[in-house]
Amino acid sequence: MARFGTITLVGDAGEVSTLTTSLAEIASSNAALRAFLQGLPGVDRVGADQRAAMLSTRSIKTTAKAQAIDLAISMVDLTTLEGADTPGKVRAMCAKAVRPDPGDPSVPKAAAVCVYPDLVEQAVDALGRSGVRVASVATAFPSGRSSLGVKVEETRLAVAAGAGEIDMVIDRGAFLSGDYRKVYEEIVAIKAACAREAGTPGKGDAHLKVILETGELATYDNVRRASWLAMLAGADFIKTSTGKVSPAATLPVTLVMLEAVRDFRAQTGRVIGVKPAGGIRTTKDAIKYLVLVNETAGEDWLTPDLFRFGASSLLNDLLMQRQKMATGRYAGPDYFTLD
Amino acid sequence: MFEYAPAPESRDIVDIRPSYGLFINGEWVDSLGDEREKTINPATEEVLSEFAIASDADVDRAVSAARKAYESVWGRLPGRERAKYLFRIARLIQERARELAVLESLDNGKPIRESRDVDLPLVAAHFFYYAGWADKLGYAGFGRRTADGQSGADPRPLGVAAQVIPWNFPLLMLAWKIAPALACGNTVVLKPAETTPLTALAFAEICRQADLPPGVVNIVTGAGATGQALVGHPDVNKVAFTGSTEVGRMIARTVAGSGKKLTLELGGKAANIVFEDAALDQAVEGIVNGIFFNQGHVCCAGSRLLVQESIETELLDALKRRLATLRLGDPLDKNTDIGAINSAAQLAKITSLSEAGEQEGAERWSPSCPIPEKGFWFPPTLFTGVAQSHRIAREEIFGPVLSVLTFRTPAEAVEKANNSPFGLSAGVWTEKGSRILWMADKLRAGVVWANTFNRFDPTSPFGGYKESGYGREGGRHGLEAYLDV
Repeated sequence: MARFGTITLVGDAGEVSTLTTSLAEIASSNAALRAFLQGLPGVDRVGADQRAAMLSTRSIKTTAKAQAIDLAISMVDLTTLEGADTPGKVRAMCAKAVRPDPGDPSVPKAAAVCVYPDLVEQAVDALGRSGVRVASVATAFPSGRSSLGVKVEETRLAVAAGAGEIDMVIDRGAFLSGDYRKVYEEIVAIKAACAREAGTPGKGDAHLKVILETGELATYDNVRRASWLAMLAGADFIKTSTGKVSPAATLPVTLVMLEAVRDFRAQTGRVIGVKPAGGIRTTKDAIKYLVLVNETAGEDWLTPDLFRFGASSLLNDLLMQRQKMATGRYAGPDYFTLD
Repeated sequence: MFEYAPAPESRDIVDIRPSYGLFINGEWVDSLGDEREKTINPATEEVLSEFAIASDADVDRAVSAARKAYESVWGRLPGRERAKYLFRIARLIQERARELAVLESLDNGKPIRESRDVDLPLVAAHFFYYAGWADKLGYAGFGRRTADGQSGADPRPLGVAAQVIPWNFPLLMLAWKIAPALACGNTVVLKPAETTPLTALAFAEICRQADLPPGVVNIVTGAGATGQALVGHPDVNKVAFTGSTEVGRMIARTVAGSGKKLTLELGGKAANIVFEDAALDQAVEGIVNGIFFNQGHVCCAGSRLLVQESIETELLDALKRRLATLRLGDPLDKNTDIGAINSAAQLAKITSLSEAGEQEGAERWSPSCPIPEKGFWFPPTLFTGVAQSHRIAREEIFGPVLSVLTFRTPAEAVEKANNSPFGLSAGVWTEKGSRILWMADKLRAGVVWANTFNRFDPTSPFGGYKESGYGREGGRHGLEAYLDV
C-alpha cells in the first residue's frame, strides 16, 4: 500500500509500536495531516451512488430476511434526543430496549439506548444488568459549537453517570475551514475524557463514537477524510449524523465510511465500527444497510460490536416484519408499543 | 455469516411455445424448408423451444413483404403517424418488461438483474427516443436545408433494411436496429441469432399487439446461411449487422458494389485505463462492470486493463477482494451477478483463449467460486503479467476474462490502448479533468468513457474505429444510416 507511505503496514502485533509512532507523525502538524487526508484516493460521487443503488437491489428473502431482522434489532441504538425528554420517557424507552416485544421473548435486545447526558443516570438505573448499553451524546450536541473545556466536562459528566458509549460531534466548522488539527485534537481530548474513573458506575472506558455530520460535510471526499481523521484520532466508531441535519444517513455515505474502516483495518490492524443514524425507518432500509456492510467491509462487521443503527421508529417496523415472517400476517400498529 | 437465501424470479410469467414459425407479413407462417433448430437455456441445457431455419425462399418472401409494406404503407406514412406506432411499441415493451426480462435471461443466460435493470429499460428508451425523431427528421441535419440555405424536401428513407443481430443483447440489439429504421420510414427483415431467438419472436407478437401494418417488421430465424441470404438479397437497400469482425468482413464483401448502404458494429478489445490519481474504489467497480457485465459478452467490454504501474499492487489487491464477492449462478436468481455463458461453442472459445494466455506466460487468477454442474459456466478470471504481444491482449475473448497490463506515462497508455486492430471503446479513470479531455482526444475509439464504463443511452451515438466497424447507432447520428443522404 504505497499510497500511505507514512503508515507501516501492520501484519502482526509486533509492528504496532511502529504504527503508533507513524500515526503520531501524520498528526504532528496541520500541514502533515492535510497532506495525508488530501492524499487519500478521491471518491467519485456518480460511481459511489451507483454502487449503493446496485447493492440495494439485492433481494433478501425467507431465512436470510429472518436472520437480517434479528441482527438489525440487536444493532439498534434506540434513541431519544429531544428537548422534551424526561426521566419517564427514558425509562419507558429502556424497557422497550430490553424487551422490544413483550409478547415474544425470543426477540433480541436492542444494542443500546442513546440519550442526552443529563438523562444517563435514569437510563443506567432503568437498564440495570440487562446488557443493553447506555450511550450518551456529548460535546455540545448537535452543533458542537462550544469550547473544548465545556465539551470535555460534558463528556466526563456522562461517563461518570455511567454511560458506556459517548457519541461526540466533530467541529464541522474547523473541518471545513481546513483546520484538521483542531478537529483531531478535540477527538483526542474527548477520547481521554472517556476514561472511567474508579468508583463510578459502569465497566471499563466508554467507547467513543465520532459523529461526522456528513450532511454538513457535503462531499464524499470530505466524508472519507473525516472518517480517516476520526479513526486516526482514536474513534471506536464513526457515525454519520446527529439526526438533526438533513440529509442524515444515506447508503452511499455509509458505503464510503465502510470502505474507510475496511482500508483502515488493512493498514493498521485496528477494527473500527460504523453507525448510520437518522432517517432509517423501515426494515427494507435496514436490510439494505446490512447488505452494504456484508459486501463492502465484509461479514466481520455484521455484529452489534461493529455496526449500529441510530434510530427510534425503525425498531417497531422490524418487530412488525418479524411477526409477519412468523405468522404470515401483519398485526396493526396498535399491537406494537410506542415508547 | 449472512447467506442470501435463493431469490428466484418466477418464470411463470413467460409463455414459451413449443415451436415457432417465421413472422412474415404480420402472420406466423411455416418455413418453406424443413430445417429446424432447438434453443436451449444455457444455464441448464434444457430445451426451451424449437424454431424454423429460414430458407432462401423464406427470406425472399420476407423481403417481398417488407418491400410491399414500404411501397404501399410505411414509406408514405407521415412521420407523426409512424411515431404513434413506435410510442405504442415502447409502451407495450414497458408493460411487458418483466416477462421479456425473464425470457431474455432464460434464453441468453444473463442475470435477471441485468436484463431487468439494464436491457429492458434501454430497449424501451430506444423506441421512445426514435419515436420522438420520426416527425422531426427535417431538423436532424440531414437534408432539409439545401446548400444555398433554401428549404428543401425532408430526407427520404432507404427502403427495405436487412438486419442481423447477435446473441449477447438480443432484444436490445433488435431495438437499436428496428427503432431508427422504422422512425425513418424503412421496413425491416431482422434475423436474430440462432442461440437467442425468443425475445425477437416475442417482439413479433408486440408488433401485432401494436397493430403495426403487416410487413413493416418481419422476423426470420436461422443461422449463418439465413443471414447470408438476407444480406445478399438483391431487393434489400440497407444492411445493418452487429457481430464478429470475421462475419462483418464477409458481409462487407457480399454487399460491396451492390449500392446497399452498410453499417457494421463489430468486435472490440477496449482498454480501461486507470491512472494513479483515480478514485480507486469506483475504478474497481468500473473495471468489474467493464469486463464482468453480461459475462463479458459485450463488444465494448473493457477487456484490457491498463493500470499505472505505481498503483498496480494496490489496485489488483482491491480488485481481487471485490471479485471474491461476485455471485455466479442461476441467472433467474435476483442476486446473481454472473450468469451462464451463452453457448457451448462460446465456452470452448473462452476456454481455449484462456489456456493460450497461460501458455504464453501470463498469470491466471480466479476467486474460488462454485460452478454449477449443468450448463455453460466460466469463473471471473484475471490475467496479470500480460504483454501486448499475448493473444489475450490482442484477440477478443468475449467472456469474463480480464487481461492486466501496466503503463508508466499518459503517452504510453495512449500508445498501448491504440495499439489494437479494434477501436470500439475505451475507459479513462482519473480525478484530473484536463487529462480526461487529453486522453479522449488521443484515443482512437468510438466511445470513451470517463470515470465510468459500459453506460449506454439512446441519445448517444455508438460505433467503432478500424476493425470495430463503421457507422453509428444511437442518437441523431444513428438516423443517418437509415436515410437517403
